[in-house]
Amino acid sequence: MDDHPIDEPATDSLEAALAHARSQAGATAATQATVPAAAAVDLPEGVSAAAVTWDEVLGSGGYASGRVRRGDVIRFTDLDGGTCANLQLHHAALTSERLNPADTVKVQWQAYLGEGALLLSDLGRVLATITADTSTGHDALCGHSNRRTNEARFGHGAAHGPHPAARDLLALAAARHDLGRRDLTAGINLFAPVRVAADGGLHLAPPTGARAHLDLRAELDLVVLLAVAPHPLDDRPDATAGRVRITSWEAERPEPDPFRATTPERLRAFENSEQFVGAVR
Amino acid sequence: MSAAPISAPPLAGTVVHDEVVEARAAWAHVVRAGEVLRIVDLGGNQAVDCLLYNAHDHVERYSAADTIAAQRNIFLVEGSVLRSNEGNPMLTVADTAIEFHDTIGGACSRESNTLRYGHHTLHQHACVDNFLDAGSRFGLSKRDLVSNVNWFMNVPVGPDGLLGIVDGISAPGLHVDLRAEMDVLVLISNCPQINNPCNGFDPTPVRLTISRPGAS
Repeated sequence: MDDHPIDEPATDSLEAALAHARSQAGATAATQATVPAAAAVDLPEGVSAAAVTWDEVLGSGGYASGRVRRGDVIRFTDLDGGTCANLQLHHAALTSERLNPADTVKVQWQAYLGEGALLLSDLGRVLATITADTSTGHDALCGHSNRRTNEARFGHGAAHGPHPAARDLLALAAARHDLGRRDLTAGINLFAPVRVAADGGLHLAPPTGARAHLDLRAELDLVVLLAVAPHPLDDRPDATAGRVRITSWEAERPEPDPFRATTPERLRAFENSEQFVGAVR
Repeated sequence: MSAAPISAPPLAGTVVHDEVVEARAAWAHVVRAGEVLRIVDLGGNQAVDCLLYNAHDHVERYSAADTIAAQRNIFLVEGSVLRSNEGNPMLTVADTAIEFHDTIGGACSRESNTLRYGHHTLHQHACVDNFLDAGSRFGLSKRDLVSNVNWFMNVPVGPDGLLGIVDGISAPGLHVDLRAEMDVLVLISNCPQINNPCNGFDPTPVRLTISRPGAS
């Protein structure tokens, strides 16, 4: 984990310190972004490196944010299995519009997210479509860990510590887009399959194995906020979350679009998003 | 609803506010720590959408997700603690005549109505407009709206995840008593929805009473 060289470097003069600073370029870390994104490797089948717009790996306690354009696909890969990717989405053109988990499950009459499901905003528009999903499920109900819950579970919840609260990480990600804690909602958790019993009880179903992925196609320009941290229902005393890879790319929209009209409610969500795009053209 | 109203048990302490909120209306009031807010479903099966804010820091607000994750159950019952986005207790369900209340259905809006029922519903009054109206009088805006509680609303989840609003389990005169654990700004939308059974297809008034501990 220690990225620092063991030998004490020579930094006793400005020239030596400058040379030392520049000598570090080219090092790699276990988690980092690929810059430029088009240098990404190990890409999904059919995706050319030139089309990649964002490629980044996060570890437990990590966070990232980025913008994806309407039509782009963003893939989240659970590299190690059983992770929890805490996700929030905002409409980039109107950031007070954001993912609304309640509307997402209510409008689609379905508590569980999977391929074909839409992620809906609070303004009746589709923000993103789940166009592929090889996991065992996700969570649109439980939200993210906070400082208080992590202090109770782990004895520590601050962002600099070993068990940062997902909500605080998301606030740091949000700040990069001029968003604050007011702008955070419950969001959703990828790769954490929460199920509801008949009596309303909540539990985590067995997690996904390594390399499962979920693809989101952006239906509006989006701000994407992601934090990797254990799920609120994960009871393991020293729980951490496995690594998550984010990869987005420019994609052709298939014609006809197999996801656009799978239900009447979903069709109207697409119509409302298309109406917005037309209105601002 | 024609059944005779059921009278709720006497509310202890001194009544400091008592009001009948008309059908479809918005309401906002600060409830101080220790005070009890009683909501009475006067007509029966009337959804009462409710948002909570720390009265001294509106960035701290009710979180359905934190509430249900902490109690590991989606239903609010007697003894349930409504938590904030920072995990702190805001209200406790001190008493209720209903078996459970909803946490996951959220509020109706003009826009979500167009998805759920058709584009013809765009101009129907909805809970989000009540929240925006009531919240704006306290400096709150759309950015401050999050998923809310629905008192007296019935939203089951089936074994395959099928979820929806079905006929209510409330009746005329049934109540819920909420004890404030901090000073809380309470926003209420007396739900105007007419496209599903959450209000029995007939929005009706509710009674809101706040009492303070101690004799008058």
